[in-house]
Amino acid sequence: MKYLDEYRDPAMAHDLIERIKDLSASINRKTRFMEVCGSHTVAIYKAGIKSLFPNLDLISGPGCPVCVTSSRDIDQIIRLAELPGIIVATFGDMIRVPGTTSSLQEEISRGAKVSVVYSPLDALGIARENQAKKVVFLAVGFETTAPTIAATILQAEREGVRNFSILSYHKLIPPAMKALLAEDEVRIDGFLCPGHVSAIIGSTPYEFIPKEYHLPAVIAGFEPLDILQALFMLLMQIKGNRPAVEIQYSRVVRPEGNPGAMKKLWQVFQPADATWRGLGVIPESGLVLRQEFAHYDASRQFDLSVEERADPPGCQCGQVLKGLQRPTDCPLFGRVCNPQQPVGPCMVSAEGSCAAAYKYGRS
Amino acid sequence: MEEKRILLAHGSGGRMSRELIERYLVRQFENPMLSLLNDQAVFPAPAQRLAFTTDSYVIDPIFFPGGDIGRLAVCGTVNDLAMSGAVPLYLSCSLIIEEGFLFSDLERILCSMKEACEEAKVQVVTGDTKVVNRGGLDKIFINTSGVGALADDNLMICGHRAQVGDKILVSGFLGDHEIAVLSQRKNLEFITDIRSDSAPLNLVVEPIIQQGLGQYLHAMRDPTRGGLATVLNEIASQSGVGLVIEEALIPIRDEVKGACEIMGFDPLYLANEGKLVAFVEAKKAPEVLSVIRGTKYGQDAQIIGEVVAEPKGVVYLRTSIGGTRILDMLATEQLPRIC
Repeated sequence: MKYLDEYRDPAMAHDLIERIKDLSASINRKTRFMEVCGSHTVAIYKAGIKSLFPNLDLISGPGCPVCVTSSRDIDQIIRLAELPGIIVATFGDMIRVPGTTSSLQEEISRGAKVSVVYSPLDALGIARENQAKKVVFLAVGFETTAPTIAATILQAEREGVRNFSILSYHKLIPPAMKALLAEDEVRIDGFLCPGHVSAIIGSTPYEFIPKEYHLPAVIAGFEPLDILQALFMLLMQIKGNRPAVEIQYSRVVRPEGNPGAMKKLWQVFQPADATWRGLGVIPESGLVLRQEFAHYDASRQFDLSVEERADPPGCQCGQVLKGLQRPTDCPLFGRVCNPQQPVGPCMVSAEGSCAAAYKYGRS
Repeated sequence: MEEKRILLAHGSGGRMSRELIERYLVRQFENPMLSLLNDQAVFPAPAQRLAFTTDSYVIDPIFFPGGDIGRLAVCGTVNDLAMSGAVPLYLSCSLIIEEGFLFSDLERILCSMKEACEEAKVQVVTGDTKVVNRGGLDKIFINTSGVGALADDNLMICGHRAQVGDKILVSGFLGDHEIAVLSQRKNLEFITDIRSDSAPLNLVVEPIIQQGLGQYLHAMRDPTRGGLATVLNEIASQSGVGLVIEEALIPIRDEVKGACEIMGFDPLYLANEGKLVAFVEAKKAPEVLSVIRGTKYGQDAQIIGEVVAEPKGVVYLRTSIGGTRILDMLATEQLPRIC
């Protein structure tokens, strides 16, 4: 298939695989790379890349927006869904995520109105069609989705739609990478940087990785050849001892990113501290609506106060998100926690590291 | 003019029910057994061994490119019979209809059922009709049961019989049905040329048996909900064998691959309504493949892998770049991803 099969070409893959094996053998120690994008996690498992390189340790970081949403935030969402006259609009991944006592899926069975949408603009459409209801879109995602949600807010403002609002649980990737590197126990030899996020933010926000931590970073695409080439580039940087931010995914990512999208994003949102599941509060790693758009902030319109409750006992999602444990190290993995009955969020989203490990990686 | 709609009274058992049955069902499915209007069909046993199956059809939307709920209701049950090697003969047809359903839609569905019956050479010999309150169900549900005859005593096709060394065949492109249906779903409409593959698979299986190759078919299943991956896992676990599949050999259309890329779906989990997976004795696999390729619904058939001894119950996929990974069952419904 055009623009797809070219990036899955077996002969080229074979050549790259041999070169990576040689390079990794010449480095003479096990190298550990972290990807911080759920689509990379799935792509690596799906192509069977882990099985090819015993000397490479490929670990998954906090790259799935659903997985890093704290259980308190999920509890707030559940609280929202219970309120009368509300339609919750959400991307599909969110409906099965367990809070401390329930999930949206369970609330649907109790009569909550939840619509799965494929774009925030669809949620705005639902608001137009249901004037008597209040439609709240769950704005979960990284820098990739934030600009389209900003554009939706601007559209709502232009049209004067007043029964639409959002709950912003947006997260920003570079601050999370910084927080990870600042932790002593986390050992990473390089980052496979996310392709889609970088298409928006460009390569500059990752410069602290080589400058402050002397580690390589490569922005990669999602096809098997993309990932193989990016691994090769990471190893070359280690071999040559010249860490830098490089763009493998140059057919999509420019160093400056997408300035138009960023402009919209900052027009509507401003950075704020955010709680990441497993990582805790990270300064300036979330997005909240600016004062002039505060009337679209559902957390100001509705009473969403919830009790503080602990995460489920035994769940190691936090350790998994930091790359300190493999999904299979968790005592719950595959026993009480599986995709049908997820305990932690890493098992819910198809792009969560536990779900991917369960689906593709068990042996 | 307002279009004629189904009323609750059409399911009351009275005169209006009778009219619905005679005017629509009996007229479409015209055959001597049904026309007797008895409470049951009576027929002589067509063989020593019979196959019997049932399935309910609740699809949304009811009309989609390449088919509709009616064609599905005939083909689905015919296919379940055909997967045993049986020749499908008789169907029952039970309609549960929502009050207010358009007669014109009902007629379109029945007409499509009739065409599918003619193609599969089966007869609807008994049936039932119920009407429920508006909102009691979504438009129309159909249940069909089917009876088929196993004339050949050598046929022993069973999910437990896949054997080490068997070749694994699929009869054509996978995923067309689910992508065609998804393309019509509200909020997800996208334009595609993909059409549902809904088809009667007895037209693929019968020639294999007629060529005297039936005894080499060890296990056979149609990968409907849960797709190829689910069927492979079922057979691996039932037969206590391992399977190795070559990703590069699995026939999937570019358009289906593309739609999956956009929505974050895996084509190996997509539902099919006119494809089969067969586990065939290795030495006869090329012959069976060529017979399947000679049929109307099997032209794109492929051998995609083989049965191995270990590890039992596990399906391995050799990826196109040469890696290996597990191909697991579908855990839950595939949900569109966030980014």
